[in-house]
Amino acid sequence: MLAVDSLAFGFPGRTVGRDVSFTLAPGEVMCVLGPNGGGKTTLFRTLLGLLVPHGGSIGLGGSPLSSLSRGEIARRVGYVPQGHAAYFAYTVREFVLMGRTAHLGAFASPAKKDHLVANRALESLGIAHLADKPVTEISGGERQLALVARALAQEPRLLVLDEPTAMLDFGNQVRVLERIGALAGSGIAILFSSHDPDHAFLCARRALLLAEGRVLEIGAPRDVIRADTLERMYRVSVQVLPLPGGMHTCLPAIRP
Amino acid sequence: MNARALSYVLAAAALVGLTALAFAVGRYPVSLNEIFSLLAGQPVSANVETVVMQVRGPRVLAALLVGAALAAAGTAYQGMFRNPLVSPDILGVSTGAALGAVIAIFMSLGVFFIQIFAFAGGLVAVGLVYWIGSRLRGHDPLLALVLTGVVIGTLLGSAIALLKYLADPYNQLPAITFWLLGSLAAISPRDLATAAPLALLGLAPMLLLRWRMNLLALPDDEARALGVDTRRLRTIVVAAATLMTAAAVAVSGIIGWVGLLIPHAARLLVGPDFGRLLPLAMLLGAAFLLAVDTLCRTIATIEVPPGVLTALIGTPFFLWLFALARRPW
Repeated sequence: MLAVDSLAFGFPGRTVGRDVSFTLAPGEVMCVLGPNGGGKTTLFRTLLGLLVPHGGSIGLGGSPLSSLSRGEIARRVGYVPQGHAAYFAYTVREFVLMGRTAHLGAFASPAKKDHLVANRALESLGIAHLADKPVTEISGGERQLALVARALAQEPRLLVLDEPTAMLDFGNQVRVLERIGALAGSGIAILFSSHDPDHAFLCARRALLLAEGRVLEIGAPRDVIRADTLERMYRVSVQVLPLPGGMHTCLPAIRP
Repeated sequence: MNARALSYVLAAAALVGLTALAFAVGRYPVSLNEIFSLLAGQPVSANVETVVMQVRGPRVLAALLVGAALAAAGTAYQGMFRNPLVSPDILGVSTGAALGAVIAIFMSLGVFFIQIFAFAGGLVAVGLVYWIGSRLRGHDPLLALVLTGVVIGTLLGSAIALLKYLADPYNQLPAITFWLLGSLAAISPRDLATAAPLALLGLAPMLLLRWRMNLLALPDDEARALGVDTRRLRTIVVAAATLMTAAAVAVSGIIGWVGLLIPHAARLLVGPDFGRLLPLAMLLGAAFLLAVDTLCRTIATIEVPPGVLTALIGTPFFLWLFALARRPW
């Protein structure tokens, strides 16, 4: 679904990261971990074609990303940005319907089918009751779920979520992680970033550790999320504890 | 009937009522019966026919056209700039048109050339702002546009000031001042025949792209990730709004507030969806400017410049709307 080879990425005139290579198969979940400023968001924006790669290649469903139009990319990749500043009081339904744009002709408005897709997306995230509320009046967590619903309305084969749990309370974090698992079960490839290594343990098949724009390690979470790699990335002491049932959790050591 | 549908119906009813009223009132009052007789093709006195068809007709139509055009352009810009306090002149179309008109007056050209210069001046000013603004890479594209608009507007304003200083104070200066205040008094049927198709040409892309326009209200990255070529769409919107505004300003001069206030009021009534907002804003804009212009020619023995009246009405109305609005735009 996604093939990244020796990618160098960054802003015009400033390379942020290089030598990033990985592939993502349909139905696979990969979690990108890394410190603030490590290049996670810049990497995601490059994978979405919002920034021009500084080197290497990105393949999407077998085609080079650079050969695809904005509409073609939007029909393949759904994007959940990090937070959203709402400027106007669009209702949640109108907001989610914007996810249908790439499926509509340039002069068309959403039709019945698009409303069905949007409603299904709202229901799958448990926010159908918010449909007629303005996005400016719902909580940050609800807005995050609306962003996920909008990305689902794109009917993508790859979903890129930039810190989807950052604004959420504990319950909503778990609900979003559950949705990620369920979506992967339906065959969508998922790439998401998080600040909590436990999220990789909870729902990712693979974790990519990104520090200073380079891949520190990539592999199964239990193999790459270790005390030494976490200490290297975040410069704090962490214990990775095995739990009954094969799970792991990360516990930082707070120095007095 | 829901509240949204009611808004359209009331706005349309107000428009029809105001239009009838505008034909009736004035220095030579005409009764509604006479207006309907004339419309029905029945014989009426020659005076009534002249007043309705020659004097008030073009002026009423001009008010409707200019009001609707300014409101439509303002609606598009407020969505595109993600800011409800933006007016159609933010990229310098009015200042450019004013400079064009002032140059024509300074060169003692006739009315026809004043309009041509004004129209061209508006297009050139926005073209220049857009050209420079889109070359300032590495900045937020909208911010670059707005800031370029501000500085170019200031520059053009200085040029206007210079020409006013140099102008003949007995003939040219009053004409310049009069033009800059805006007026619908002198509009001829020929002016309308030129301005209306240009305004419609600007309206067409807005109507066609009414769904896609909504996505410009999102942050740029999000709109692009949803499949919109934002750069191209913005270019189209700027071109369309500029064409509409320049066509209006060329015949009416600068009439402020309509393009700022009306889209805002319409948004409070039907929400931000562009497809619903645009028709209501146009109805309200037409009705508002017609009401203002009718007041301008009836409240005093001399004509009051409409720009002065829109500001007098607009300022408190805007503050009231702002205080009233519990939710953001």
